[in-house]
Amino acid sequence: MRGIDAGYLVLSAILFSIGAFGLLVRRNPLVMLMCVELMLNAVNLTFVAFGMMLGDIAGQVIVMFVLVVAAAEVVVGLGIVVAVSRRKPGATADDIRVLRG
Amino acid sequence: MGTDTVEAVVFVACALIVLGGAFGVIWFRNPVQSALSLVATLFGVAVLFLNMNAQFLAAVQVIVYTGAIVVLILFVIMLLGVDTADDIDAEPLVGQRVIALVIAAGVAGLVIAGVTIVGGDLVSGARAATAAITDDVPNIEQIGRVLFTDYVYALEITAVLLTIAVVAAVVMARKPTEVEPLPQESSSMEPPEPVEPEAEEVFD
Repeated sequence: MRGIDAGYLVLSAILFSIGAFGLLVRRNPLVMLMCVELMLNAVNLTFVAFGMMLGDIAGQVIVMFVLVVAAAEVVVGLGIVVAVSRRKPGATADDIRVLRG
Repeated sequence: MGTDTVEAVVFVACALIVLGGAFGVIWFRNPVQSALSLVATLFGVAVLFLNMNAQFLAAVQVIVYTGAIVVLILFVIMLLGVDTADDIDAEPLVGQRVIALVIAAGVAGLVIAGVTIVGGDLVSGARAATAAITDDVPNIEQIGRVLFTDYVYALEITAVLLTIAVVAAVVMARKPTEVEPLPQESSSMEPPEPVEPEAEEVFD
């Protein structure tokens, strides 16, 4: 194993942690969505790094699926944000409890 | 310089950009600045993909993430008019930040400790036998072959997922017939005064 391989894993761990911290701290739902994107990108980085280490193309194929899921998640999340903000301008993450039935 | 040296230099430069952008996302008060920091992070990750010989994913990363997702987020920011700074100092739950910091540092620390302790034997699985990365076949062709043979069912389910997401977005973004405003005491943040719709100018 080369030293740079461990570097990729350490970088993605730090990136994931930053995204998780932002998700737990920030209250603006749009910024929270961005933090989810950060976490997904960290996971993508890990997939490609392990695929490179094992010489397996499947690591890159999985990233394609993660990209699609990320796009779908952003579309649905932004739809919820727009729907909630229409009823209450300046809504924070706490206001999404109106989704409760 | 050998290729290993170039790879290391590119990795360090991109790692700094990625981490700086990630800090910017959670640091800036203005969501627009956060979105632009996210662009920096995503570009850095794309260059890291190039560094790992994943050329197709690097292109897709730039097109889909920075070209579509971040633009979509920016579009919603502009649409909602939330171009004002967030109230970062408000902390509704006591000790929320400390707990979040402990959780984040714990996740990072555990992974880094694992990588460091394991040391030279980072991956223990078998090397790929059926879908090996080879240098004489283009990257796109390798991905396409595996995607449409081994993962073809997952690909079809992905298409269903995208269709459901599009339908959901249309349903939720539709203008409702009657809007009942939320009770005001549900949040500490005061909503801005409703703006009276201006009379449309008539051009004679």
